[in-house]
Amino acid sequence: MARTIQSLERAAAMLRLLAGGERRLGLSDVASALGLAKGTAHGILRTLQQEGFVEQDPASGRYQLGAELLRLGNSYLDVHELRARALLWADDLARSSGESVYLGVLHQQGVLIVHHVFRPDDSRQVLEVGAMQPLHSTALGKVLCAYDPVAHSQLLEAEREAFTVQTVTALPDLEGVLDLTRARGWAADVEETWEGVASVAAPIHDRHRMPVGAVGITGAVERVCDDGELRAQLVAAVRDCARAVSRDLGAGRF
Amino acid sequence: MTDAHSQGPFIAAIDQGTTSSRCIVFDRDGRIVSVDQKEHEQIFPKPGWVEHDATEIWTNVQEVVAGAVEKAGITAADVKAIGITNQRETTLLWDKNTGEPVYNAIVWQDTRTDALCKELGRNVGQDRFRRETGLPLASYFSGPKVRWLLDNVEGLRERAEAGDILFGTMDSWVIWNLTGGTDGGVHVTDVTNASRTMLMNLRSLDWDERILESMEVPAAVLPEIRSSAEVYGTAKGGALAGVPVASALGDQQAALFGQTCFSEGEAKSTYGTGTFMLMNTGDEPVNSYNGLLTTVGYRIGEQKPVYALEGSIAVTGSLVQWMRDQMGLIKSAAEIETLASSVEDNGGAYFVPAFSGLFAPYWRSDARGVIAGLTRYVTKAHIARAVLEATAWQTREITDAMTKDSGVELTALKVDGGMTSNNLLMQTLSDFLDAPVVRPMVAETTCLGAAYAAGLAVGFWPDTDALRANWRRAAEWTPRMDADTRDREYKNWLKAVERTMGWIEDEE
Repeated sequence: MARTIQSLERAAAMLRLLAGGERRLGLSDVASALGLAKGTAHGILRTLQQEGFVEQDPASGRYQLGAELLRLGNSYLDVHELRARALLWADDLARSSGESVYLGVLHQQGVLIVHHVFRPDDSRQVLEVGAMQPLHSTALGKVLCAYDPVAHSQLLEAEREAFTVQTVTALPDLEGVLDLTRARGWAADVEETWEGVASVAAPIHDRHRMPVGAVGITGAVERVCDDGELRAQLVAAVRDCARAVSRDLGAGRF
Repeated sequence: MTDAHSQGPFIAAIDQGTTSSRCIVFDRDGRIVSVDQKEHEQIFPKPGWVEHDATEIWTNVQEVVAGAVEKAGITAADVKAIGITNQRETTLLWDKNTGEPVYNAIVWQDTRTDALCKELGRNVGQDRFRRETGLPLASYFSGPKVRWLLDNVEGLRERAEAGDILFGTMDSWVIWNLTGGTDGGVHVTDVTNASRTMLMNLRSLDWDERILESMEVPAAVLPEIRSSAEVYGTAKGGALAGVPVASALGDQQAALFGQTCFSEGEAKSTYGTGTFMLMNTGDEPVNSYNGLLTTVGYRIGEQKPVYALEGSIAVTGSLVQWMRDQMGLIKSAAEIETLASSVEDNGGAYFVPAFSGLFAPYWRSDARGVIAGLTRYVTKAHIARAVLEATAWQTREITDAMTKDSGVELTALKVDGGMTSNNLLMQTLSDFLDAPVVRPMVAETTCLGAAYAAGLAVGFWPDTDALRANWRRAAEWTPRMDADTRDREYKNWLKAVERTMGWIEDEE
């Protein structure tokens, strides 16, 4: 058998000890049941407590299983929950940027649009909720691939069509784009998917810092870019929105 | 939210709601600059009784005003006006010499006046005052609540007749306190709030002497009825000292205003725990023969009043909560959409949530909830779909009643409230209504409406056209259902509604 990590084994034993019924145990109970020094047991319990797997009753000082453990089994974020949390912030982004807002999540080998806010002018627009966008060429897709390893592996398998002359399709080049995305915290698509259209997107994280989606704006390249560069003010607005939604989902400031 | 590109001046809106008080600061584009909110205690002294501590509410209002001003990083000098919107019908009496409430505020949901309302109906029944007030005799409205207080609080009637007691809905209470309270506070209400007391005549917009007499409410306690958008006075003290107090609208009317439903036939529907739909019917009150309420929509300054028809649905968002909390079929309200989207249709199942009877347009208190059309094929996903369809069909029933009463076809429905984040529901709504459903970009339409009315009163915005120009479409759903399917489904729904009636056999 390969080498195992003793402290993890001990932590697992503690969780089993606390499991089953409404059990609350004191530090010395845990230590003696597992044949550990109190200091060792306390160190492990404190670590488990920080991760939310164990909670300490403030009155008695006894330990019990934490709520986090229950959530672990079904921790995926419902996309409709994501939309409900993002609604206000996405509206505000559309207002401040003057462009349409899209919120996307990974679905199979593409980006599923789960929320769409119209560009705030009086033009006729069609709701695109439920539409799919490509992973490799859109700002939303690049953000997902840069932050979500599952999206990244989908990118490797997906067909990467050259929609315009600007589309990056070669893997090494794409990896470079994803590195840049991670380094600066946002991704762009300047006429890589649609001629004349540019977009900016940033990642949304949940309370575990897991990437759960991407939010961005899309508009005419003449409005979104300035001298071929994305307007810094729009990038800031998109990132502010992504951070606000992440905070609403419980992610800490970062 | 801090936003560097929001430039002053601003309008502050106070929303004194059923569960909390909020203050939102808006800029000239109608964008939110800052929000502060504080919940207050719900007091349940007996089954069916619901009260609020008005002193706590006033303290909270002062705190949220200070909080919102601070978060916005502004001062009273940057704020051009204060607008008020409030939970409707909730009734308070207070001593004008001390400023002390004589009893807790009796909340609109409180049913203690059920028996009194029956008694007041005499041989005519619940429509005794309908012609004058547009309302049926029901426990929601303020008039009977005032009567109950005068009858049940020791010595109160004598003090009221001596002129020491003031009556108000929450708009009056907030405005009186804002403008100085015992030190010169103005005692006013607006036409929309007054239209929910059952004491105001809809046509004269004045207190109706005959009804006052029937309900034994002394005129001395009543506030002056003013328009919804005019300067009532200026704030004394507090974070916004010196700022004009310039609007008051009941919450649903404020949402109608915030949705800029300024033309006849325009309607909004607010989807929360329950749902309230109002349609602008122009400058004539429309009598309802289909179970709707006739109410004042708003009145701007000296202009003609604008009337509205109102239909409410008791159980909409609360049905989703019931699926989550009582049935345990979903873990969060948003998940209803995930579950419902996993099937193509309702599988033949229909859910009529007549938990406490059927409301508009049926008004059958002997009805109880039904899930109809069950077969072995039906799954929890079909039920989830039926849950969402119930909200959409009930909206359809209200719009049908509005069309019958007003003769105006609904061209589009403007929606707001928490349930508008449910994409499947919004699409279903559009399918069932066979009309576009439109969500505006500012979800806080209630506060926005109060801000708009206050801004109009002080000239911050020139006219309603300028407000319309501020309105932005965030999303629009258009009908995708073919007429045959819609008609067949509606027939099935109506059949299910039929099945709910007469369940309670002994109404006493």
